[in-house]
Amino acid sequence: MKNKSLISINDYSKEEQLKILQVAGEFEKTPVQNILKGHVIASLFFEPSTRTRLSFESAINRLGGKIVGFSEATNTSVQKGESLRDTILTVANYSDLIIMRNPMEGSARFASEISPVPIINAGDGSNQHPTQTLLDLYSIRKTQNKLDNLNVAFVGDLKYGRTVHSLVIALCNYNTTFHLVSPVELKLPSSVKMYVKEKNLEYHQYVELEEVIPEVDVLYMTRIQKERFSDPLEYERIKNFYVLKHDMIEQTKENLKVLHPLPRVNEIEIGVDKSSKAYYFEQALNGVYVRQALISLILGLK
Amino acid sequence: MSKKIKELKVSAIENGTVIDHIPANAVFQVIKILKLDKFENMILFGTNLESKKYGSKGIVKVSNKFFKPEEVNRIALVAPHASMIEIKDFRVARKTIVEIPNEITGIVKCFNPNCITNHEQIIQKFTVVDKEDLRLKCHYCEKITVKNNMTFL
Repeated sequence: MKNKSLISINDYSKEEQLKILQVAGEFEKTPVQNILKGHVIASLFFEPSTRTRLSFESAINRLGGKIVGFSEATNTSVQKGESLRDTILTVANYSDLIIMRNPMEGSARFASEISPVPIINAGDGSNQHPTQTLLDLYSIRKTQNKLDNLNVAFVGDLKYGRTVHSLVIALCNYNTTFHLVSPVELKLPSSVKMYVKEKNLEYHQYVELEEVIPEVDVLYMTRIQKERFSDPLEYERIKNFYVLKHDMIEQTKENLKVLHPLPRVNEIEIGVDKSSKAYYFEQALNGVYVRQALISLILGLK
Repeated sequence: MSKKIKELKVSAIENGTVIDHIPANAVFQVIKILKLDKFENMILFGTNLESKKYGSKGIVKVSNKFFKPEEVNRIALVAPHASMIEIKDFRVARKTIVEIPNEITGIVKCFNPNCITNHEQIIQKFTVVDKEDLRLKCHYCEKITVKNNMTFL
């Protein structure tokens, strides 16, 4: 994995993904290790992010590395019209590894093709968000003690939600049964469904949420993104389509865990948080360990 | 053996290339893709011609021009069943059936307006995920461009 960019989850084989999860487990036991001393990592966030950026920075700090970069594109030469190509070639001079979030789809792949240092894609528009996928896999394995043969429901915006796309693709390696719950206008795109069909995996599509919950081991909730709607009334209607309430997870499987990539708006009521089945905040914490593992492996330090 | 005299709707050429079995509605696209609109030699073409195989078809005959394989592949996207026939001294010298390649580079524009290739100087690259329905997956944004959304560069 040394020097290997991570752009789409499929860039890494199943074995490589499992290796990351294993190393992440070691970091969970010993999160503070001084192995990144002397390394400079660039963190280029062309659009805002809370969890992803902060968990990367936390991961780097806990390993003793230094960070250069920006958390929004204003006040940088991007604002002056600099191309992504030039930004990457410049920043690569200053760092051993570049972590990038950019609103354009395909920007990370492009960056990895021109950059002399490896790139970690921290989200490219609506396309991919592979480190979220790794932490989702880690969270699923940790709570279910396995990754194989699970029933996983994805709920909400399956069309634009990049975390959904990447996780669905990754779970295709583990004989998953998919339960896809979304409004008709936000169904999983065929480009993603293609992977499920290729592996001949079972999948079901629903519009109603309630009938699905008792069937599944993992309930992956997502936010309906306001910016995807041109009609505010349409957004209001769809936003209230799927709201998970405490009583809805009472009569469910013992091992059920509710995951959410966060931020949430109203799709999970606060009352759910205290349930032992709610796992989204621990999930966010797992992001630090997984990113520690990924960075160490790419830099050849583990 | 009686030799049947065939009347040609589009006259024969002495030397050059005949592109046959173009879908009737794709003739002008083929001309554009092969940049024949800027070509100076004689070009003959016909469309909405009767075809036993396809009902109707188009044909283009280009004088004194022979195409490279990568040029031939460019038209496969609009004329997947076309044949390229090289003519020398009014005789067929070589016939190749156009084939849709597995990868397409620098021919089609990604239809996703938010794709990086539409914002930076990048050569567009696709994997053909479905040759029948012509579905191209962008190497960069991973979105699918379908036949109806294709713009040729």
